[in-house]
Amino acid sequence: MSNYLGNYSLYIALIASVYLIFKSYLDANSENKDLDKNFILITSIQTIMITVSFFSLVAAFVISDFSNETVFNNSHTLKPLFYKVSGTWGNHEGSLLLWLLVLSIFLFIFLLNSRSQDTKYKLLTILFQQIIISGFLVFILLTSNPFKTLYPIPSEGLGLNPILQDPALAIHPPILYLGYVGTSIIFSASLASMISGNIGDKWARHIKKWVLVSWVFLTIGILLGSIWAYYELGWGGFWFWDPVENVSLMPWFCLTALLHTVIVLQKRNLFKEWTIILSITTFSLSMSGTFLVRSGILNSIHTFANDPSRGLFILSFLFILILMSILIFFFNQNKISNTAKENFILSKETAILVNNWFMMFFLSVVLIGTIYPIFLEVLNGSKISVGPPFYHNLLIPFLIPFLIFMSFGPSLKWIKDKLKKFNYNILIIFFISLLISYVILTKTENSFLLSIPLIVLSIYLLLVTIKDFFVSRSSISQKISHFGFSLLITSILLNGLFSNEFNSNMKVGDERIFNEKVVKLKEVNVTDVDNYKSLKASFEVTNKNSSFALYPEVRIYQQPLTITSEADIKTTLFSDNFLVFNILKDDGYYNVRYQYKPLMIWIWISTIFIGFGGLLSVIRKNEQKY
Amino acid sequence: MSKNIKFLGLLLTLIIIFIILLKGLNVSKDYSNEKLKSKIDFSLNAKKLFSDETINISDLFDKNSPSVVNIWASWCAPCREEHQFLMKLKDMNINIIGINYKDSPKNAKNFLSSLGNPYSEVITDNDGTKSIEFGAIGVPETFIISGKTNEIIKKYIGPLTSDNLIEIKNLLKKNA
Repeated sequence: MSNYLGNYSLYIALIASVYLIFKSYLDANSENKDLDKNFILITSIQTIMITVSFFSLVAAFVISDFSNETVFNNSHTLKPLFYKVSGTWGNHEGSLLLWLLVLSIFLFIFLLNSRSQDTKYKLLTILFQQIIISGFLVFILLTSNPFKTLYPIPSEGLGLNPILQDPALAIHPPILYLGYVGTSIIFSASLASMISGNIGDKWARHIKKWVLVSWVFLTIGILLGSIWAYYELGWGGFWFWDPVENVSLMPWFCLTALLHTVIVLQKRNLFKEWTIILSITTFSLSMSGTFLVRSGILNSIHTFANDPSRGLFILSFLFILILMSILIFFFNQNKISNTAKENFILSKETAILVNNWFMMFFLSVVLIGTIYPIFLEVLNGSKISVGPPFYHNLLIPFLIPFLIFMSFGPSLKWIKDKLKKFNYNILIIFFISLLISYVILTKTENSFLLSIPLIVLSIYLLLVTIKDFFVSRSSISQKISHFGFSLLITSILLNGLFSNEFNSNMKVGDERIFNEKVVKLKEVNVTDVDNYKSLKASFEVTNKNSSFALYPEVRIYQQPLTITSEADIKTTLFSDNFLVFNILKDDGYYNVRYQYKPLMIWIWISTIFIGFGGLLSVIRKNEQKY
Repeated sequence: MSKNIKFLGLLLTLIIIFIILLKGLNVSKDYSNEKLKSKIDFSLNAKKLFSDETINISDLFDKNSPSVVNIWASWCAPCREEHQFLMKLKDMNINIIGINYKDSPKNAKNFLSSLGNPYSEVITDNDGTKSIEFGAIGVPETFIISGKTNEIIKKYIGPLTSDNLIEIKNLLKKNA
């Protein structure tokens, strides 16, 4: 029943989409002053239909309706209710339906939110957004229909993958999609404004909200993915430069650049074409991300499905959209009114331009690292592996000039700033950061020349951003985001510099001494839980004057036989203590890996700061006077 | 540069990227099939992990029966996961040659002394070039190579699972 409901409401939504495409195209060419009331009506019908379709899939998951193929493949009666619901979007078909849902809801909100805008501009935005929506609808109905039925109805589902049962992973895709899909509105709106010729400060103020919203969701989405990898995969890291991770980072760089550029457009009416190019690129990168992840073209251990027909569809759709936007860009370029003004080297505009260069550089490095292996394989059949060293070697040295720019760029004035008399505060802050870095660096044996300026500058930037809370005139949201960013860089650097680990075989009663800490394996308890056998170890870590216990676990699932290790992580404000163990042979010995990771929690906290700054800017009206 | 040239240039780039990605879609990711049957260059020289001695890799292979080559690193978490299966293969008296990928010798030795050493010999691959010669795209990867013809019979990308063990056993029997 829910299968039919879900399926047919998608067809109704497709009809609505086709109607809206033609209607908005015709109306945009006529001289109507007001938006036809039908638009709101049909868009709400479409949104409701897609919502119905989505929730009928959720319902099928909740009641474990195995006559639905998607449910059969990805669910199981034994799953907790929370994971049954999140299983809806934990697979290819369901996640596309979620994409579609967010697309239509965003368009609906956009329509309600832009009453004061020019009618032609609104019509064109509807047109482009409906082209995207119809593309996704056809894609879902043709290649990935989540409502395919099975007969005879199986009595039990296949999906009980323990790794995917994690709260962070359950909410990670929807949040990330909100970010991706938000870029589609920016894309449609910039193409529309290109044709209707209303790019300028007013438009910038209107679109900035959408840029901010997508940026906040994308930031938090990336954070959640990283948290999942850290806690659930138990590899002891938070970023692996895996292609699947990279495709979420690329639109983030682009969106960050756009976020800054839009402010220039709003304040100074500059960078018009660049803003449009960035909007188009951001959306193309989000779409490419979907293509790369969903088509199986990437050689990543994280990609599961491999279906060339799906890949072909997304690839063609992606290129039609890009081609369309390039055509629109080139044939409407002359509509952009030339408001070129005199530019001075020492100004906020220049600082933001420099920020954009860096973002584009970071983006290019990640882009090349991600897709170059695919190109090379096609061109001459050779296979190369691009790992963390590539990214680290190319990105880290460029952090030095980036950190320097970021420390003074934001406090420059618009139009033209002067080199003031030497600011002694800055000098004092710099010396304090030198001193702190000296204390920090004497504690480590690591003596790479590169790490000295990096630590000094990141701490310097951190102090400057703290100082800015009291002195600078810029908006509070910017201060929070910039502070969060400097905190993030500092935490990552210190974490990388001071992390250490040991690896040893221990049996019950053994002790190991490591960095003035004593790690003792006290006991291992074996119990039978629902569908697996659990070995829970009890470790005691004794420091000079304190001690704490860690309880890592090994789970042995019977059908199919899989052994998973659940790390136990003790998190404090200063450091994470990470312990995981594995079974060796049956001689009573266990392999134990203990990791000490300083400031781990600050990587998460600082990212929350970054996102919170953006959120504050969305909520607060009429801010950013400077 | 005139607008038209810019436009055509961009269009051309786009079309080229489209064609390359289109071809990329059709590159089979299924390494089990016969298409991939390529030979290994046995003239490679490599350094041993435990003795610092440089040898020709053809010396490591048994000329009469197939061998298993496993590319691994101590920093690679999935390698740790699959290690138990390699140990099982060793217990079946299978010749496993390890290639230690971009690793520090100290960490590599620690890894083997704590988890057990399933390899008959480990050669080092500091810069990753030897693994590329084998056609590897990452760690871990496992190859089954025929001793007679130097051909890759089968290639596993990613960590081995318990199902793979049976498959490997059968493959080795078939090609012996």
